[in-house]
Amino acid sequence: MTFDASGGADAPPELVQLLTPEGERVEHPVYDIDLTPEEVRGLYRDLVLVRRVDMEAVALQRQGELGLWASLLGQEAAQIGSGRALTDADMAFPTYREHGVAWCRGVDPVNLLGLFRGVNHGGWDPAEHNFHLYTIVIGSQTLHAVGYAMGIQRDGADAASIVYFGDGATSQGDVNESFIWASVFNAPVVFFCQNNQWAISEPLEKQSRIPLYQRASGFGFPGVRVDGNDVFACLAVTRQALKNAREGQGPMLIEAFTYRMGAHTTSDDPTRYRVAGELEAWKLKDPIERVKAYLFKNQFADQDFFDAIDAEAVDLGRDMRKRCLEMPDPHPLEIFEHVYAEPHALLAEEREQYAAYLASFEGSER
Amino acid sequence: MTGTLTLAKAINEGLRTAMEDDPKVLIMGEDVGKLGGVFRVTDGLQKDFGESRVIDTPLAESGIIGTAIGLALRGYRPVCEIQFDGFVFPAADQIITQLAKMPLRSLGTIKLPIVVRIPCGGGIGAVEHHSESPEAYFTHTSGLRVVACSNPVDGYHMIQQAIRCDDPVIFFEPKRRYWDKTEVDRSATPLGFDRAQIVRPGTDVTVLSYGPMVKTVVQAAVAAEEEGRSLEVIDLRSLNPLDTGLIFDSVRRTGRCVVAHEAPVFSGLGGELAARVTEACFYSLEAPVLRVGGFSTPYPPSRLEDDYLPDLDRVLDAVDRTFAF
Ligand SMILES: Cc1ncc(C[n+]2csc(CCOP(=O)(O)OP(=O)(O)O)c2C)c(N)n1
Ligand SMILES: [Mg+2]
Repeated sequence: MTFDASGGADAPPELVQLLTPEGERVEHPVYDIDLTPEEVRGLYRDLVLVRRVDMEAVALQRQGELGLWASLLGQEAAQIGSGRALTDADMAFPTYREHGVAWCRGVDPVNLLGLFRGVNHGGWDPAEHNFHLYTIVIGSQTLHAVGYAMGIQRDGADAASIVYFGDGATSQGDVNESFIWASVFNAPVVFFCQNNQWAISEPLEKQSRIPLYQRASGFGFPGVRVDGNDVFACLAVTRQALKNAREGQGPMLIEAFTYRMGAHTTSDDPTRYRVAGELEAWKLKDPIERVKAYLFKNQFADQDFFDAIDAEAVDLGRDMRKRCLEMPDPHPLEIFEHVYAEPHALLAEEREQYAAYLASFEGSER
Repeated sequence: MTGTLTLAKAINEGLRTAMEDDPKVLIMGEDVGKLGGVFRVTDGLQKDFGESRVIDTPLAESGIIGTAIGLALRGYRPVCEIQFDGFVFPAADQIITQLAKMPLRSLGTIKLPIVVRIPCGGGIGAVEHHSESPEAYFTHTSGLRVVACSNPVDGYHMIQQAIRCDDPVIFFEPKRRYWDKTEVDRSATPLGFDRAQIVRPGTDVTVLSYGPMVKTVVQAAVAAEEEGRSLEVIDLRSLNPLDTGLIFDSVRRTGRCVVAHEAPVFSGLGGELAARVTEACFYSLEAPVLRVGGFSTPYPPSRLEDDYLPDLDRVLDAVDRTFAF
């Protein structure tokens, strides 16, 4: 299948890239960014640490400590780049895979584990971090993000919302409705689609005949495709999109072109539906290696720096594991908590009955 | 032709047979092709019947059901897979306002022989939306037939009966029983898929259940027998319509009735069963019909699911209580 990017001869290149897989800095006519060596070292640290968080979670799942984990492997740059573009006042709406964005929003990685361990359905206060709860039903959160952005707009606040979703999600009715609402209301929202090429076993061709970013024009707002494995480009484009949104220029769709390096989740077996060669090709575009190469080449970091980050990653993983194992199982009567904000007679009755039932087993094995 | 099959494999073979028998039968859903579905129920079917009959659809449940309706209007018999119970809701509009009502709207000229397969229920340690029991939403919607299989024999035969049926059928598959195995006689003449079945005869109390709970109730019956109590276990199989003849007959013999399902008790199918049994068997009842089921809460995080799901003890507790009246 061939894609025809809309513009003529002087249309910007189809893929925004600022850092090549080899670690070469390249210019872009529209999106550019000035990063100090310290800022680049910071991004590198983020990338390495979230990969470590992810690795540790996969290991915890393998050892039976988590029921499931959705790995972000390969998508670190898309998440850190966009996540670091947010201001404190901006609001992010994730799927279930945005562990890197969570990191940028200051959510303790251990709190991400709760829902995968089965001790809660979401373990953080969205308002505290301006990071909404993980949403498992594909696409639902796009409408929430638009509504939130409409609230920002009414309040005249200097903020925007950003919503994450996958390539598969773009087929959902909710996502398409969210595009329409954002467009009609000129809502300050950035649609951040991580096109990791797969929706479980279905390749992108099952969802679209055109590049996803081009869908935006049909809804009446700009769309851009960015190298999702290039943290500089993801940061630059998202920063600009958020700025435009905050300034009243309305929504934008960013398609971060990336690859899901791992299984869909720990329950999945990708060998059933994709060839190993694909993975090998994407390995060469690793989001972390190129930043490391850039730092090295420009002598912005020495071996001590890289060693220190690696050591920090080891500590982070160890601490996460320890605190995961310490996570207490919820008490059975917590089933009845938080269902309603106001007292509820039926629930109170059921709670009482179940407490009495549990008490009847006291002293015996159930 | 007999052989030992898991429930997942039995449904798979049922689908295969239906596809061999009728070239109009199509399979549609997310990941049903190469992957064979997340539970492997459609494993190997795309390989053997091709991509035009086993269709990996875009990720949109409303689209799956809506286009299945269009295909049915052209004479096809789509079997739609909804990946998990909690993901049927984006399709609820198409199911409730179109699938269930279009035949009537057409004064009977339109038939929609569509099967919507839904893996249902909890007990597999899953995250939110992967453990729900949404059957009452659909039994409450006239125009839909709703069935639930509980074992490989029924999985094999009922899926074929559902596909042959000219009405839309919501077909629930108990996901925590997918890996349970039994002998399946493929050439046996199956029981009608709108009939209930006594899976364990008894004399003291009738216990009604379906889908994943049937096995639990049978275990409870075994345990009760040791205490000298005889439970008659009925697998409803069809949730709409209900095989009331068999149910009432049993309750009139035993004089007691307990209903067990995973779904919340409040406004659940158990309420309908209790009301009907009470209306029809009032003078035979020694005790009110009691219900055992989920609480009036969303399905809890998986570390609490053993508390939420009715287990053998909770079934026996209800049985005991029917003897306390
Ligand atoms: C409404 C709905 N249908 C089906 C699913 C099951 N499911 C979970 S993830 C997934 C694929 C999502 O693909 P994509 O949007 O590309 O995101 P990715 O997982 O690749 O990050 C599916 C079908 C779901 N969670 N919600
Ligand atoms: Mg994807």
